[in-house]
Amino acid sequence: MSEVLNSYPQLLRGAWLTIQITLYAAAFALVLAMVFGLLGTARSRLLRAVNRVYVEFFRGIAALVLLYWFFYALPLLGLRFTPLAAAVLAIGLNYGAYGAEVVRGSVNAVPRAQWEAACAINFTPLQRLRRVLLPQAFALMLPPFGNLFIELMKATAGVSLVGIADLTFRAKQIQASTGQTAATFVVILVMYFVIAQALQVLVRLAERRSDRVLGRRLPTRPAPIAATTGEVVSP
Amino acid sequence: MPPTDTTSPADPLPERAADGTPGKPPTRVPCGIKFEKVVKRFGDNVVLDHLNFEVAAGERVTLIGPSGSGKTTILRLLMTLEHPDGGIIRVGDDPLWHMERGGKLVKANERHLHEMRKRIGMVFQQFNLFPNMNVLRNLTEGPVHVLGLGKDEAVERARGLLDMIGLADKEDAHPTQLSGGQQQRVAIARALAMEPTVLLLDEVTSALDPELVVGVQDLLRDIAANTDVTMLCVTHEMGFAKDISNRVLMFDQGRIVEEGTPEAIFEDPEEDRTREFLSAILAT
Repeated sequence: MSEVLNSYPQLLRGAWLTIQITLYAAAFALVLAMVFGLLGTARSRLLRAVNRVYVEFFRGIAALVLLYWFFYALPLLGLRFTPLAAAVLAIGLNYGAYGAEVVRGSVNAVPRAQWEAACAINFTPLQRLRRVLLPQAFALMLPPFGNLFIELMKATAGVSLVGIADLTFRAKQIQASTGQTAATFVVILVMYFVIAQALQVLVRLAERRSDRVLGRRLPTRPAPIAATTGEVVSP
Repeated sequence: MPPTDTTSPADPLPERAADGTPGKPPTRVPCGIKFEKVVKRFGDNVVLDHLNFEVAAGERVTLIGPSGSGKTTILRLLMTLEHPDGGIIRVGDDPLWHMERGGKLVKANERHLHEMRKRIGMVFQQFNLFPNMNVLRNLTEGPVHVLGLGKDEAVERARGLLDMIGLADKEDAHPTQLSGGQQQRVAIARALAMEPTVLLLDEVTSALDPELVVGVQDLLRDIAANTDVTMLCVTHEMGFAKDISNRVLMFDQGRIVEEGTPEAIFEDPEEDRTREFLSAILAT
């Protein structure tokens, strides 16, 4: 075990690359999810069809296969990417498709009465979306986005198969050089778990903020009344 | 011809009396409403069947009738929440769902609907306040982003309205912190903040606990007494309807069965169907 732990600089470099790929791919996936998810809520059939094509195509392809395409197939067609860009594109496109379904479902799940009230205020369709529907839909998106975020982070382990020196790649190097298979994989198991927990904390913070915006964490009326004195207790 | 806006959106509102007490709620030049052979279907169900009726500018009309008789559909058509399947609806002199092009009426585009909606406000049964905004923002978002008021002016207008509805101390509150009655009063203020010339009230007290109904009804009585906004009200509260209406329309199966003054309809209805409906209401 000590030999494995002594390799911590390598492991930390690998973990940092895993975190970088996770954050870049998640940001790219989020942009795709918002754009294609909102297209899925459009009135126009054509725009909804664009959403379906994107979602069905990229959801139906394994992230690893997409990665192989970006690494091995597209360069043959003259499209070359840096390893990091290829990893971010492949993972982002794949998880963006799942995210688009989350966005579409969440916007559609905001009660229709809210759309009607926004219409009665005479908001334009864009204002309805931006000022009323999206802020409420965002709260619905966060728990599934949290799941996807962690799933995406775990999926980055696949980049080790195309030679990117992420956490899993480094672990395989350490395992080969030390011969300590169990200890190596226990250490990276813990490291992946810690990264996942850190991401979960970020999502929880976003959920809390969103709950506050929607008034779900505010003192509710009426104020509690002290059982003995009958006086209103200030919150 | 594009619809004309009847007042400047920048009118300060509401006016306050010299002694600082809340003044009249907002008013603009009121608009009349006209339904000409309006048809509305949901699938095979004909909800409005070539409906004709007219509401004069500044008139207060209550729509009564059994569930499914088309009352709420009329309000929803006027608020552009539902499309008519036939006929013409006019608000003021302008068609709501159509616009004139080359001397012909063609289907309205979103721009026309946006212009027409400036004249109309609606209060819903379930309040429908925006839960992602506090009370003040619920009242200022529309004036700022739709009417183009400055933020300070919109806040001043909102505070005046909160004074009027007796909730001046709740501007920072979140809708979830308010009772149903308070939420409904804020919803009424939100509609008034847009200075509508036509106010649509869709069973605004039916989701409230009985003890909260009075406050909302009193507020609406004040608005009816102190403004000349055209009001179209769907309610089952007969006493309230008597107080605020000039005229009552009794609906059944998408048609007007009987119409008259509140006294005539409630005290001496001519039609059996009206009598039947009123006794059913009184029995509940």
